[in-house]
Amino acid sequence: MKRIDRSHKVRRFHQAKWDESIIFELSKAGERGILVPKAEKAIQEVTGSVDELVPAGMRRPSAPALPEISQPRVLRHYMRLSQQTLGADVNIEIGQGTCTVKYSPKVNEVLARMPEMTELHPLQDPSTVQGILEIMHETDLYMREISGMDRFTFQPSGGSQAIMTMAAVARAYHAANGEGDQRDEVITTIYSHPSDAAAPAVMGYKIIHIHPDEDGYPDYEAFKAAVGPRTAAFIVANPEDTGVYNSQVKAFTDLVHAHGGLCGYDQANANGLLGVTRAKEAGFDMCFFNLHKTFSTPHGCGGPAVGATGVVERLVPFLPAPLIDRKDESDGVTYFLNYDFAHPEHGIGKVRLFSGVAPVVLKAYAWMRTLGAEGLYEVAKVAVLNNNYLFQKLMALECVDAPYIPGKQRIEQVRYTIEKLTQDTGVTSGDIQRRMMDFGMHYWTSHHPYYIPEPATLEPTETPSKEDLDEYINTLKHIFDEAYTNPEIIKTAPHNSVCHQVDESDMDDPQRWAPSWRVYLRKTQ
Amino acid sequence: MEMELELAQNLRKLGFIINPIAGMGGRVGLKGTDGVLEEALRLGAQPMAPAKAARALNSLLGFREEMVLLTGAGELGERVARELGFKVQVVHETSGAVTSQADTVALAKSVVVQGSELILFAGGDGTARNLVEAGIFEAGVPVVGIPAGVKIHSPVFATHPERAGELAGSALSREGASCKWREAEVMDISEEDYRSGRVMTKLYGYLVVPSDRGRMQNKKAPSPQSEANAHREIALEMVAQMEAGTAYFVGPGTTTRAVLDVLGQPHTLLGVDVVLDGKIICQDASEKDLLAVQAKYPCRLIVTPTGGQGFLLGRGNQQLSPEVLRGVGRENLMVIAAQEKLAELKHQPLLVDTGDPEVDALLRGYVKVWTGFKTAAMVAVR
Repeated sequence: MKRIDRSHKVRRFHQAKWDESIIFELSKAGERGILVPKAEKAIQEVTGSVDELVPAGMRRPSAPALPEISQPRVLRHYMRLSQQTLGADVNIEIGQGTCTVKYSPKVNEVLARMPEMTELHPLQDPSTVQGILEIMHETDLYMREISGMDRFTFQPSGGSQAIMTMAAVARAYHAANGEGDQRDEVITTIYSHPSDAAAPAVMGYKIIHIHPDEDGYPDYEAFKAAVGPRTAAFIVANPEDTGVYNSQVKAFTDLVHAHGGLCGYDQANANGLLGVTRAKEAGFDMCFFNLHKTFSTPHGCGGPAVGATGVVERLVPFLPAPLIDRKDESDGVTYFLNYDFAHPEHGIGKVRLFSGVAPVVLKAYAWMRTLGAEGLYEVAKVAVLNNNYLFQKLMALECVDAPYIPGKQRIEQVRYTIEKLTQDTGVTSGDIQRRMMDFGMHYWTSHHPYYIPEPATLEPTETPSKEDLDEYINTLKHIFDEAYTNPEIIKTAPHNSVCHQVDESDMDDPQRWAPSWRVYLRKTQ
Repeated sequence: MEMELELAQNLRKLGFIINPIAGMGGRVGLKGTDGVLEEALRLGAQPMAPAKAARALNSLLGFREEMVLLTGAGELGERVARELGFKVQVVHETSGAVTSQADTVALAKSVVVQGSELILFAGGDGTARNLVEAGIFEAGVPVVGIPAGVKIHSPVFATHPERAGELAGSALSREGASCKWREAEVMDISEEDYRSGRVMTKLYGYLVVPSDRGRMQNKKAPSPQSEANAHREIALEMVAQMEAGTAYFVGPGTTTRAVLDVLGQPHTLLGVDVVLDGKIICQDASEKDLLAVQAKYPCRLIVTPTGGQGFLLGRGNQQLSPEVLRGVGRENLMVIAAQEKLAELKHQPLLVDTGDPEVDALLRGYVKVWTGFKTAAMVAVR
């Protein structure tokens, strides 16, 4: 078929911009979306007053300050907001490195929205939900195979909660061994995800960071100085955010074990590792997968997710309850919620209600079943290939560099630096980020603080085709050229996107943060 | 002249100081101009600072009618300011044909006395030191440095002369409260040592500068947390670690100062203070004082590396002598630094140069650097 050659062009994109108010500002006193009819007299006689149904101590003294707004205005508000997003289904999602955004097959959405799934309730008797229990149990078995761990829980509702669960497991394990008070430190690396430090800190641990050595691998000498009788756990990502894989990680985990500590593997994104390496062989006692990063379930804007967390046999008593087990009896197989495995004194209880977000587990299960073992390995190979294609193409540009391991390949992502471009033109990586929005694309810099100057973290996953990658690269090249010829258009960007320039210095000051409308009112009054 | 001065009463007052010889040594390979001006002139060096100062003033042309520049006679600022049509009030005459550091100090003092809101100065680290000497920090007058010297180690300078002018403009145009300021270290190296290939930074004091990531050379990596909050977090960790009956030597710097702020105690920014049971027992201690405390109590030392080069312990603080450090011992060193400061070091080791090779050897290895509440990094000391 004849095609028009568009390879040299950048996309002319323009996003809807509604200048929409916050829903609380739209509120008008007395306006209603639904008028709830009064209960009929006969019903009232049976139930009595609504107020009496709720015990006095649980009744709020005043009505909640919810926005008062009609149905069409609510609909219009959220439809407008929906047009102002840049979701994974409309853009070439390469630019959100460390977020790992891949295609979510729509057939899995169809499965999750079938009434057989949506009509279930976690409080139903297990005998009536055998199907989903079987799926969750089988997903556990697959995850064991992929990681080498002995048992998985799907209770943590995301990566940070999974890391917190690993820290809770470590704390309970050491407490059971009488070392709970002594072991108060968790070691991680500066290029692991910041949650690897933050979540154990929430659990009360002191955090020790390891910087990289000259080659970009975690500094083993510094690590040796950090590990000791106070070490509760070593929680680390590998590859790190730089895309550098530490092939000597076993020496690290061995050293921690020699000092009595545990090792937790942040495999939120295992895209480059599926079927290639396993947590167990690298010496880890715990690991977790973000189902929305590695197993294709969609990112939910902080919404329902699963950080599937696995442990080795000796740590199973410290997993959150219940676990889903299988019973083989003469009259058939049944699946049940097991509460009896937990350590009698040091079990960690729950980290979330029920057994995890079941529809998300279903989608991950369906994804693995459609790919099979060979398919999962193929995912890893293509993700690494895509990344290294992008890497080679970008490194050929004079203004792009990537610190550490020169000449060697990266795994599934790379943290680049465009410091030269900034020195030449004054255009920063943050400026490029805003300009990319004008072409309907994401581009992410780095977590703070920037250890790599003017950073850019890009991660293609297995999803994009070569054409997609080329379009992304062409767009970046176009902007880099603009930096030298017309930097003003970048400095004033974005022009075609709903996003706008923000004075980041305000973000330094917690006194100016308003994470909710209520806080906004309090701080501005 | 009378008319001009009268007008000035209602105008915004901006201090404008040029160190006309700044940067002259660099072009002729002298690594600075301190004490070698004659040689620089002999080698054919040309003044550079006035032209750079003019570039900064160009960015301020929009405010020309609203302000008066308080400056020194001739090359100290007057000439450049008049050429660009600014209103000028000369508050200092030169002491001789060739201007000296004494001129910069005297001019800075006059500018403050005359009520300048902000000082725009062209020079290098040496000039910034002169401003510290003139007591600008204590007077609470903020500054913006126009980078014109050979050595620009102190984060008190803008990235370019034009940016310096813009920063001064936005500081003057905004109302006080919305303008953000930070205390920046004034560091300098001994040019004599520098010429002989030795680099030893010393902290001379602080100046208040605009907090602006894009336009200031602050070398600090972008951070989600303000410097003050980061310091407070570290200070809370230090206070949590303090034990009764142990004396704590609190070294110089704004990071360490936060520890005393949390305890509600006075501090000596460039000296060493001693805390026992949450109270200061010795302020701005000498070596002798510290040795006396060591004879009485178990002691620990809280120190922070200098920004940019990462000197943890050097000859800059003579009270922390090799003998004092030997008494403290490596295990009682409590090193603190904001993550941004470590990021700026780009994984380089911290440096020690106490003047005693044995003590240096004692301090080498890896130390836990506390970067926040319950948060540390293992960093090499060489």
